[in-house]
Amino acid sequence: MAGKLDIQQGVVELQHGSGGRATATLLQELFLPAFANPILAAGNDQATLPQFQNRLAITTDSHVIYPLFFPGGNIGSLAVHGTINDLAVGGARPKHLAANFILEEGFPLADLQRIVNHMAEAAIDAGVTVVTGDTKVVERGKGDGVYITTTGVGILDSDTILGADRIRAGDAILVNGTLGDHGIAVMAARPDSGLVTELQSDSQSLHRLTAAMLQACPSIHCMRDPTRGGLAAALNELAHQARVGMRIEESHLPVTAEVRAACELLGFDPVNIANEGKLIAFCSQQHAPALLAAIREHPQGKEAAIIGTVVEDPSCKVSMRTRFGGTRLLEWKWGDPLPRIC
Amino acid sequence: MKYLDEFRDPALAEKLVNRINRTVESGREYHFMEFCGGHTHTLFRYSIQDMLPDNIHMHHGPGCPVCVLPMARIDQAIQLATECDVILCCYGDTLRVPGSARRNLLQAKARGAEVRTIYSAAECLALAEQQPERQIVLFAIGFETTTPPTCLVLQEAEKKGRKNFSVFCNHVKTVPAMQAILDGELSQGIGSTRLDGLVGPGHVSLVTGSLVFEALAKKYDRPIVISGFEPLDLLHSLLLLVEESNARRSTVKVQYSRAVSPQGNKRSLALMEKYLAGRETFTWRGLGNLPHSAWQLKPEYAAFDAEQRFSMPALPEAKENKACLCPEVLRGQIRPDACPLYGKQCTPENPIGACMVSSEGACAAYYLYRSTGLANA
Repeated sequence: MAGKLDIQQGVVELQHGSGGRATATLLQELFLPAFANPILAAGNDQATLPQFQNRLAITTDSHVIYPLFFPGGNIGSLAVHGTINDLAVGGARPKHLAANFILEEGFPLADLQRIVNHMAEAAIDAGVTVVTGDTKVVERGKGDGVYITTTGVGILDSDTILGADRIRAGDAILVNGTLGDHGIAVMAARPDSGLVTELQSDSQSLHRLTAAMLQACPSIHCMRDPTRGGLAAALNELAHQARVGMRIEESHLPVTAEVRAACELLGFDPVNIANEGKLIAFCSQQHAPALLAAIREHPQGKEAAIIGTVVEDPSCKVSMRTRFGGTRLLEWKWGDPLPRIC
Repeated sequence: MKYLDEFRDPALAEKLVNRINRTVESGREYHFMEFCGGHTHTLFRYSIQDMLPDNIHMHHGPGCPVCVLPMARIDQAIQLATECDVILCCYGDTLRVPGSARRNLLQAKARGAEVRTIYSAAECLALAEQQPERQIVLFAIGFETTTPPTCLVLQEAEKKGRKNFSVFCNHVKTVPAMQAILDGELSQGIGSTRLDGLVGPGHVSLVTGSLVFEALAKKYDRPIVISGFEPLDLLHSLLLLVEESNARRSTVKVQYSRAVSPQGNKRSLALMEKYLAGRETFTWRGLGNLPHSAWQLKPEYAAFDAEQRFSMPALPEAKENKACLCPEVLRGQIRPDACPLYGKQCTPENPIGACMVSSEGACAAYYLYRSTGLANA
């Protein structure tokens, strides 16, 4: 069956999703070589995983992004990083992924191959295997090129228990690096944005960092990755789940000059912008210096900082002392940030 | 960051606050209004009210472009986008402004209307060039700040003889709105107080120049200080307003002197003069019908006027939700949290009044940056 797919010139056709020979060719020539591993190669309708001794964590995430390729990544690498990070912030060691592709008729096979190869690279780099998957094709105009859903399975060490319910008043709040890089890089990559930056998305797998953090500070109370909605949404979500308030110091927030400038221009706030390689962590004040040191020692945490404190507050407010000296509410935004008018 | 951190220096802020504290006369209450939504936003974002002495009271003005857009104009835009097979290009916040029956352009888009968010008017013309078979309409809104870019695009469209580009013009003028506020205040009082002075618009004045505010200051016997938008700008402007109030002077002062000149931007004004003519009257949300308060395209540019090209019918102004106190908020008569809907039925997620839509709207700024408890309801 080899050699039937014209990857350089060809495009996705409806028959590639028909389940017939065309589907098999697409799998054989494009997907399977990229994701090669014994479990996938077994070619069954399900992946059979070896027995695990410990608790398992499972998560799933759909990835839709425009543009599909952006500085620092693409939808393929993002689909791996996003799901791995959801496992990692729960303290799990990611092991396997399942991947679903919804392809739009007419999408260039060369682009699909680039995406799949990036995805495979990201998976190899993270030490996970893509063990099962599915492909569907929708008619031209009924999709946006490619949508990818990934489901991840990870293993928890027996003594790791993390969660919003463990956050306590008095806890320190830490972040592993600069905020808003992903959101602004993607926004700038849109042809109509008018923004020119050298900014790269921070899209990366964080499980090695979380492992190092848990080793240095096994009593971390909670971790979360502030993706869509940015830091403000993640903190508000956790404050409500844990029934606590939070006080953030704006001057402690790591933000690059480029993100600050873009936000100034567009009327955004870096705390509302998406991240794909960042996490926030909560631990007791006592353990915070050691945890901060451990994060900073890791290549993914050089610009880590303690950004605030958890306080008792039945109304669950997240407030921020501004660089200017006042205090304001850090509210989550409704919908996507919209650029201001004047 | 260069040219920003200088205007947000906490140490300088403290100095200015100390000077304001020394300058205010004890036993006297100062009531100032910032006209611009941009200033409202800065006040809340940096919690400036909390730094000021207790006897300085800020009233938030109507200078938020989407807040003053009347429902009928939103309804017209929705009708245009859904019935006339056009691509309607809008500035971001405009999409969420409620028209009648709480319908907005975001919903129209979800139902299939072609509504695009743009960052600048120029994008709209670029789209017209890319898609010559489609009619592209710019939903032009805003004060003198956004008016010159619309005219610049009109000039380009004229030069290139574009047949598929037009403007749904809703540009409004600052001075008549200020006048309406001060007239209303004379008849009804701003929460039964008298304004001691106005923080004048910064970016508007960059276009119009500061001289246009002289007559207003004289007629209503109030000082106006035209201010920049950084927190230190505002503190400095408030200090100047306190000084002018103490001296009982009705002058126009320009704090934003790094950008604003007395005569304004002559090229922008000339462009506006060329393409636009004043409307007899225009309905403002919250302020009602104000004579000579808005722009339309001159008759000779009717081909670029969406209202003409698509024979857009004027729609009746829908009734606002009776409980919504946006009009009072826009006139600075009440604080946002005095509205019974505030933070309950009306939130940024689900705005009833336009003041809750844009981050420059007083209600949204109030909600996002200072709401108490309600935010979590």
